[in-house]
Amino acid sequence: MPKLIKDGRVVDDQWQGEILQPEQIPESPAAPVAVQLEPGQGPATIPCALSNLGLVTIFFPAFTDGRCFSYARELRESGYTGEIRATGHFIRDQLFYLQRCGFNAFQFAEEVDLDACLASLSDFSESYQAAVDQPEPLFLRR
Amino acid sequence: MYVYDQVDQRIIDERVAQFRDQTQRFLAGDIAEEHFLPLRLQNGLYVQRLAPMLRIAVPYGMMNSAQLRKLAEISRNFDKGYAHISTRQNVQLNWPELADVPDILAELASVQMHAVQTSGNCIRNTTTDQFAGVAVDELEDPRPWCEIIRQWSTFHPEFAFLPRKFKIAVCGTESDRAAIHAHDIGLELVPHPDSGEIGFKVLAGGGLGRTPVIGSVVCEWLPKKHLITYLEAILRVYNQLGRRDNKYKARIKILVKAMGVEAFREHVEEQWKALKDGPSTLTDAEIDRCKGFFTEPAYKQIDGLAAAATVKAQGEQNPEFGNWVTRNTVAHRVPGYRIVNISLKATGYAPGDISDVQMEAVADFADQYAFGELRSTHQQNLVLADVEQEHLFDLWQKLDALGLATANIGYLTDVICCPGGDYCALANAKSIPVAEAIQDRFDNLDYVYDLGPLDLNISGCMNACGHHHIGHIGVLGVDKKGAEFYQVSLGGSQDKDASIGKILGPSFQQEDMADVIEKLLTTFVGLRQSEESFLDAYRRVGLEPFKEAVYAKAD
Ligand code: SF4
Repeated sequence: MPKLIKDGRVVDDQWQGEILQPEQIPESPAAPVAVQLEPGQGPATIPCALSNLGLVTIFFPAFTDGRCFSYARELRESGYTGEIRATGHFIRDQLFYLQRCGFNAFQFAEEVDLDACLASLSDFSESYQAAVDQPEPLFLRR
Repeated sequence: MYVYDQVDQRIIDERVAQFRDQTQRFLAGDIAEEHFLPLRLQNGLYVQRLAPMLRIAVPYGMMNSAQLRKLAEISRNFDKGYAHISTRQNVQLNWPELADVPDILAELASVQMHAVQTSGNCIRNTTTDQFAGVAVDELEDPRPWCEIIRQWSTFHPEFAFLPRKFKIAVCGTESDRAAIHAHDIGLELVPHPDSGEIGFKVLAGGGLGRTPVIGSVVCEWLPKKHLITYLEAILRVYNQLGRRDNKYKARIKILVKAMGVEAFREHVEEQWKALKDGPSTLTDAEIDRCKGFFTEPAYKQIDGLAAAATVKAQGEQNPEFGNWVTRNTVAHRVPGYRIVNISLKATGYAPGDISDVQMEAVADFADQYAFGELRSTHQQNLVLADVEQEHLFDLWQKLDALGLATANIGYLTDVICCPGGDYCALANAKSIPVAEAIQDRFDNLDYVYDLGPLDLNISGCMNACGHHHIGHIGVLGVDKKGAEFYQVSLGGSQDKDASIGKILGPSFQQEDMADVIEKLLTTFVGLRQSEESFLDAYRRVGLEPFKEAVYAKAD
């Protein structure tokens, strides 16, 4: 079973079903579905209510494509609480920022030492601006 | 100026540790070159023609004497004993070793400095008026707002991988000394037309580079408390819709142009709806906290007229000093004080370069004469903002002894010049030798003064670090079949009436550049009406007379 980082731990991939493109999803699915987003195909393209989703994967064609960061944040701001999984070609040194934007699972396309990567989730112990992991900016907490 | 508390210090220390680990992993072969690239860039590190270049952030150009001393020490210990002031008010080292950079960053952190986001496709150092807080024409000090923006943009998790670099400038005066029209976002503190309450005029989509554009107004007046959420909305639109397929079309100016400013504004408003009045809305407490770092120093009660009279008498006795006061110092808001520009444009030295010895001396002067603070300017000079007139003569003598009293601020030989082909890997052509040749040719200061205010800006390539588009005379290094050539443009301006220069015609060889500039200036002197400036004359007569003079066939 493929491994990934989820909620700060190295785990097996638990998702059994298919991962669909947004256009393959019915307006009201019977069971929770998984959807794959990618740059150019953001949360606005999901046809069903977010509560119907069991998993959202956001694919990085290149680690420098910053659109994915905004997508995760918008999903969380719209109230989605399930798994948001980064897939594709992001890198370990982005984990801290990705997590702040609302990603809670990370499945690397490249072979990496997942246990070593965990350290990068806590590169910083404090941040200035509000984000998904800390909805209040630092200035409200000083 | 802003002083770190424990949290600010912890964040910056953690950044040093993060980059130390990344550098070690890179040197051990555990991070691929292409993955390391944005990591090092966002820590200020370029790989240049000769060696890496480290760009150290000087947030909105403010430094204290301890920081300048640290820069002197670093440039001596890790470099060749000099540093360069960039056109974005930052400090650049040209010769550090990659393996030393984490140690350099740790040294910087010890004096509350860093090289965060001075490069890469992220929000860069926010810039402002070098006379902020002391200018006579200021509506409100922009620096607390710069600091608020600095904190918001530092390690912003969503905007570290933008389509392209992103630059914000803030000004608090009508005469814009921060070139806000030439930035991705320009902010001007303005009174509300009815209530008079001060808010922000927000411009977006300005920029230089390959396609120079003057910024468009996105919001005529924004209440201050909404600054951060509004910036966040703009960045979100840009991050998602900015072009990523072509690096030359990736700046926000291209997006704003392609969409039209109305459509762009609608997108921003749409994003803003979700953010407005949210937790990032600024509180009075936070605004006051930041303002509290930029209060007035302990000015003395001085009889301004008497002080000015003394300086005048000293100037009559020593005309060289008198001339320096006229050319290099500026009126201060407080009677008895002057703003002092320290020219880093002595002939024979690369524009904007300063040695370790000079840095240490200037740090001492800052302590002795200017409350321990100084500023860097986007004209690549330094400023001591609060000098008592009574001390000007002493200060001048000391500056002069160090070669820092060239009385040319705002004149032809105060050339703005990027490092160009001597250092920069991206350059098409060298820029420093052109600046030097021009400074050499026009070594008669009386002639230079007679020409009036003149911005001569030189860039070694399209990236326009030398801001050539907004120079009254702009010079751009171009590559013609492998040879270095220079294209000249006229009529650019960075002021309130910002404009982009027009290209004169075919480009020139390096050895002809001083002649070309001389012909342009002779033409100007010939057609000038009374005290007209070069820019005004150009605006009156256009390109033609200059073209004729420069391209006329020799008989
Ligand atoms: S303008 Fe070009 S040559 Fe000059 S510093 Fe910038 S990138 Fe380098």
